[in-house]
Amino acid sequence: MAERIRLEGVGKSFAGRRVLDAVDLSVAAHEVVCLIGASGSGKSTLLRCINRLVEADEGRILLDGEPVDGPAFGRTGLQRRIGIVFQSYNLFPHMTVLGNVTLAPRRVHGVPRAEAEATAHRLLAEFGMAEFAGSYPERLSGGQQQRVAIVRALATGPDVLLLDEVTAALDPELIGEVLRIVRGLKDAGMTMVVVTHEMGFARDVADRVCFLDAGRIVESGPPAALFGAPEHPRTRRFLQRIMDAGRL
Amino acid sequence: MSLRPDADAGGAPARRPLPPRRRRGGWRAAVVPGVISLASLAAVFGALGWWIGSAEQWPRIRLQFFNLEAMQASFPRVLQGFWVSMRIWVTALVFIALWALVLAVLRSLRAPWFLPFRLMVVIYIDIFRGIPALLLVLLFGFGIPALNLPGLPNSGLFWGTVAMVVCYSAYVAEIYRSGIDAVHEGQWAAAKALGLSEWQTMLYAILPQALRNVLPALMNIVVALQKDVALLSVIGVRDAVREAQIYTAQTFNYSSLIVAAGLFMLATIPMARLADWVTRADRARRLQGAG
Repeated sequence: MAERIRLEGVGKSFAGRRVLDAVDLSVAAHEVVCLIGASGSGKSTLLRCINRLVEADEGRILLDGEPVDGPAFGRTGLQRRIGIVFQSYNLFPHMTVLGNVTLAPRRVHGVPRAEAEATAHRLLAEFGMAEFAGSYPERLSGGQQQRVAIVRALATGPDVLLLDEVTAALDPELIGEVLRIVRGLKDAGMTMVVVTHEMGFARDVADRVCFLDAGRIVESGPPAALFGAPEHPRTRRFLQRIMDAGRL
Repeated sequence: MSLRPDADAGGAPARRPLPPRRRRGGWRAAVVPGVISLASLAAVFGALGWWIGSAEQWPRIRLQFFNLEAMQASFPRVLQGFWVSMRIWVTALVFIALWALVLAVLRSLRAPWFLPFRLMVVIYIDIFRGIPALLLVLLFGFGIPALNLPGLPNSGLFWGTVAMVVCYSAYVAEIYRSGIDAVHEGQWAAAKALGLSEWQTMLYAILPQALRNVLPALMNIVVALQKDVALLSVIGVRDAVREAQIYTAQTFNYSSLIVAAGLFMLATIPMARLADWVTRADRARRLQGAG
């Protein structure tokens, strides 16, 4: 499969603290890679380096062989190709669902209003949110808000989706509906990098799981191998703790 | 639930909360506090009135400050002055709201090339928050017209209004900025990830939320400015206070000042009520959002 995302020696420090340390990662087209690891291990920062929400200090990040900060993408090309969904949804509370979904297509990419709204309605219907197009986010449940956030990220037609602990803020009974959607996106061929604490989900959906510790990818492999027979002692310790907490 | 096992076992009537006791003594519950408030108000102000009225100089003061004839005589001109005050107020409001917004946005944009602007705004705010409004009015009202700058009006009305705008916009910019800062960091991240430029992020994502955040604080500024336009009387602008003073100087009777005070109260009290209402509506909206 063609390589979609490539990270070479990516490093990042915040106020002298090394958050990412020479990370190499390659993600093929249509592949789903899960990043797991303890809080503070750098997984969210790694994710945010890919769409330049965080600028890496060192190394190179390539999308389809082009550096993400290079001229190939212009000012907004990267954001059109890569969507991101956050733990806390980050919907714009003063806009309706429709307003949230059409904002970037209309204001950033110059899509005419009628066309942007038609796309939005189609996507909302696809994700079971058609009837909420005119609602404000605060009227929706957490799961519904997260579905809107996913639709918003898909509205510019990206082929890569970054998911940053998208179920961490949800009530347990709402987690399933969001995970089902993510699984559907995988089946539709979306390339995804997923930061998650849902080990069951990672085992279920990921093509590859990477375990991060102290800003490095310590171990990576297919979920069956990584969860079944972790090689690195730190991976084993992490998984043991997860298992002790009843989450695996 | 475990604390009230009987309520769960007892069927429908026990589960409902008790209906409020409205029927018996309902009118009493409504009227008695009102009567008590009115009575205590009357007592306090009655005592105050009696105390002042018993002062030796009261009859003289009453003639000088509360002379009905003098009030009637000065009313037309004070009212005319008050109309000037209100026009200054509205004009200043519009320019303060816009200019302060420019200042706050310049200060809140984060891209490196905005640094010089940020610095200038910080200096501006430091300077003009540090000078009393009265001094600014005097400096602008007497100083700048004396320069005879070509192409600019020389009237005290113009420069006094400019002084109010300059002074108040420093405060209002800080209010705006607090509203901008209160918008959650995730909103910036979401907008940036969608490809919005920093300017678009400000316009579409941040400012609408920021303005809603600070609306109650802004309403208080609106009320404060409504009274502070009276400062312009010191540079000869013929507003309500100035007209009242002119009458006072001619007749040695101060009742015109009471007329001016009454007019200001008539204008500010509804504004203050409006501000209260906006604050309450805002709080209700927040509670609703949280629940």
